[in-house]
Amino acid sequence: MADFGILGFGAYLPQKRISRKSIFDAIGWINASLKPFAKGARAYANWDEDPITMGVAAAQACLAHAPQEVEAQTLCFASTTAPFLDRQNAGIIAAALDLPKQTHCYDFSGSQRAALSALIVASQNPKTRLLLTAAEQTPIRAASTMEILCGDAAAALLIGEGKPLAKLHGTKTIYADFVDHYRTANAKTDYVLEERWYRDEGLVKFAPQAILPLLEEAGIEAAQIAHFIAPVANPALARHIAAAVNIKPTALADSLFDTCGYAGAAHALLMLVQVLEKAKAGDWILATAFGQGCEAILLQATDAITDIAKHKTEKQGAITHTLQDQLAQGIIENNYTKFLAASGRLDIDWGMRAERDNRTAQSVAYAKSRALYGFIGGICSACQTPQFPKSHYCVNPECGALDTQTDYSFARRLARVKSFTEDWLAFTRDPPLIYGNLSFEGGGNIFMEMTGCETGEIAIGDLVAMQFRIKDIDTVRDFKRYFWKAVPVRIGKVEKETGKERTKSKGGGHG
Amino acid sequence: MADGICNKVAIIGMGCSKFGERWDARPEDLIIEAFEEALQDAAIDKKQIEAAWFGVFYDEQNTGKSAYPLSQYLRLPNIPVTRVENLCATGTEALRGAAYAVAAGACDIALAMGCEKLKDTGFGGLPERTKGTFEDLYQPSFTPPGAFAQLGAAYAAKHAIAMDDLKRAMAHVSWKSHQNGALNEKAHLQKKLSMEQILEAPMVAYPLGVFDCCGVSDGAACAIVTRPEIAKTLCDGPFVTIKSMQLALSNGTEMGHQSWDGASTITTRKAAQRAYKEAGISDPKAEISLTEVHDCFSITELVLMEDLFLSAEGMAYKDILDGRYDADGSMPCQIDGGLKCFGHPIGASGLRMTYEVYLQLLGRAGARQLQSPTLGMTHNLGGIPNRNVAAISIFGLNE
Repeated sequence: MADFGILGFGAYLPQKRISRKSIFDAIGWINASLKPFAKGARAYANWDEDPITMGVAAAQACLAHAPQEVEAQTLCFASTTAPFLDRQNAGIIAAALDLPKQTHCYDFSGSQRAALSALIVASQNPKTRLLLTAAEQTPIRAASTMEILCGDAAAALLIGEGKPLAKLHGTKTIYADFVDHYRTANAKTDYVLEERWYRDEGLVKFAPQAILPLLEEAGIEAAQIAHFIAPVANPALARHIAAAVNIKPTALADSLFDTCGYAGAAHALLMLVQVLEKAKAGDWILATAFGQGCEAILLQATDAITDIAKHKTEKQGAITHTLQDQLAQGIIENNYTKFLAASGRLDIDWGMRAERDNRTAQSVAYAKSRALYGFIGGICSACQTPQFPKSHYCVNPECGALDTQTDYSFARRLARVKSFTEDWLAFTRDPPLIYGNLSFEGGGNIFMEMTGCETGEIAIGDLVAMQFRIKDIDTVRDFKRYFWKAVPVRIGKVEKETGKERTKSKGGGHG
Repeated sequence: MADGICNKVAIIGMGCSKFGERWDARPEDLIIEAFEEALQDAAIDKKQIEAAWFGVFYDEQNTGKSAYPLSQYLRLPNIPVTRVENLCATGTEALRGAAYAVAAGACDIALAMGCEKLKDTGFGGLPERTKGTFEDLYQPSFTPPGAFAQLGAAYAAKHAIAMDDLKRAMAHVSWKSHQNGALNEKAHLQKKLSMEQILEAPMVAYPLGVFDCCGVSDGAACAIVTRPEIAKTLCDGPFVTIKSMQLALSNGTEMGHQSWDGASTITTRKAAQRAYKEAGISDPKAEISLTEVHDCFSITELVLMEDLFLSAEGMAYKDILDGRYDADGSMPCQIDGGLKCFGHPIGASGLRMTYEVYLQLLGRAGARQLQSPTLGMTHNLGGIPNRNVAAISIFGLNE
């Protein structure tokens, strides 16, 4: 019988980080008790990122890391902050990943433990391979504890039978309608009760109920646990949980507080990805998630994990980064108002250009969905020219053949900047709007928006990768539409501060 | 084999409204202003006009759709009137329609009118527009300066020119046009600028500063055309004839194929080759006296000098800095001030350019008059560098 467990993993962290000191400097006068948290930085989604785009990026990283060419039969998206209440979010992600039409897609929500819930459900149906992607963009109010503790992020696992990197040895769940925080369907943000209630009557009482029987059934001692994943917003609480189940504090997995912050329903998977990136064969991994009870899963890293110790794989030309790389490669923002603006929490006068009507012709969006979501163009069978969008007549002026194009995916291809500008006139929620003509490696050309780059950074000839992002927001009809954007490929670049200006002497680039 | 339109059409009258922020004027006012000037210039009766072409781009906030507004404003006697629109070549398209009609003998006298009222949006720059229901879903939310600014970085990289040097040449383009525009009472902007003012202007879209961008204004311009044999009966002296009218449209190569370098306009090169051939011009650098080109942005004019084969590849910036295209240079460009000083009321621009060439050829350009020009060329580039329409017209005197 094949083993069941984790076949692949990946994560996505928004590039933008705000230093918590900047947050505290802005709101400390309102809530001085947050001062102990005014250290490190938290990740935040820019205006063109949301749980769907982050979920896509994490799933892409997961599929790229997976050592085996395996296809998911189901796709689950776990989040409590999915953009749509009634439009399948997983369906959008599946379209962006260009998964087969027969893929069973579903959303999991309603609790901070939604992602582990999905994993446990999948373990009850081991023959069906699951791509589980979880993302969270916790809605926050200024000066709240959540604002300073949370971070936006996504993580994904490929789960099923085969040669797992970590084999699943058991799961345990308890439920309790324990209210330490909640967010109703009508509320924009959470209502959070005091931490002592959450810690003393919640966490330290639920954890033993799930963990102790799980270890006992597996015949494992607490002392054998090498990595204990206890995802909580305030990492100090994790020590209390560990103590309640006699797990040594040194086994506690990094909470990612310093560089990311608590990513809600995605955090258990995010911490798990970090653990898997460094786990050694034989390591026991205990992962939990809390939210109206507790989920606990027990995994053991296998020999297969050694084979992918080097995660910086280049697959089909696309560059994927480990979570460790992404943690180190953020852009630190010290401007609190930019942080507010990114999530629409600042009522900004963007000017009259922002009044443009972004009504989406849904019939067109559906008819062209493989182009728009899957980023599928065409390649001419007569002259082998890749092109976007796919068209009846080949774009190659030397060819022009009719109806010769077959599907060709651009989603995981790298491109070079042929021309660009930083446009201060165009409306964008993160000025300037940067866009240009790009030439794909292997052929193909597109005029496209760029994102995730700083003013003065882009030059002719730069290498860019494709990321699924929010293209436009229709504020009149409360609708988002998505497409792909180019992001700079920063190989070996390290964390840096914002504020660099393009110098007048900068030339056309290094093309 | 078609032999083209050279010497088959005469322009017997032209008019041009004052361009600018015409807050007080409606399209009707601008059109009447241009039309009455042209009618008096041609010395014909309105009833002699047998057909008309009307160029309007932004119908949504201008005159509305169709050619009906022109017919109504001018109280034309139920003659055929056709509305045309082809981006920034719209005004030239109106002229092309009228010219082809008289050349074909479909009518004897025709009117081409272009008008645009841009300054009713409430904000600076061009109004927002849709690119198409599918294109809006994936193309960048670009602005015209941002789309044309692409030429700057790509041109600098292609020719290994330091951006500071390119910026100086771009600034010279604007400086020269302001020098010229200051002599033109119909121009929107009639103020000279220093090189420092231009170079130190705030950035709009890298590498374009504010003064690298043309103005946005309201205006109308028109032409009355007929066949040369009829013109001879109507005109006492020499008259202007069309030597060439050529159009080239992008077919997706620039946006979708790697063969385009991003630093030139394919369509201008194609249209220029055809236009020179149609006009019988073998050496444009020597034969053309003046040009009015699509200087929507300074970098556009610079790149166009090469696309029109007036400067050698990679040498336009040097020719510009050497003053070759200045008023006292060997081939003045934008002697009326160009889009830079007139602004760019889209439907009118092609005809406004023609108006200046027309005045220059007839020796009626006043303080801007060049010495004995023989051939003048107009050029429009509608759209953006990677998806556009290029229109080139060449005019001279009757033979």
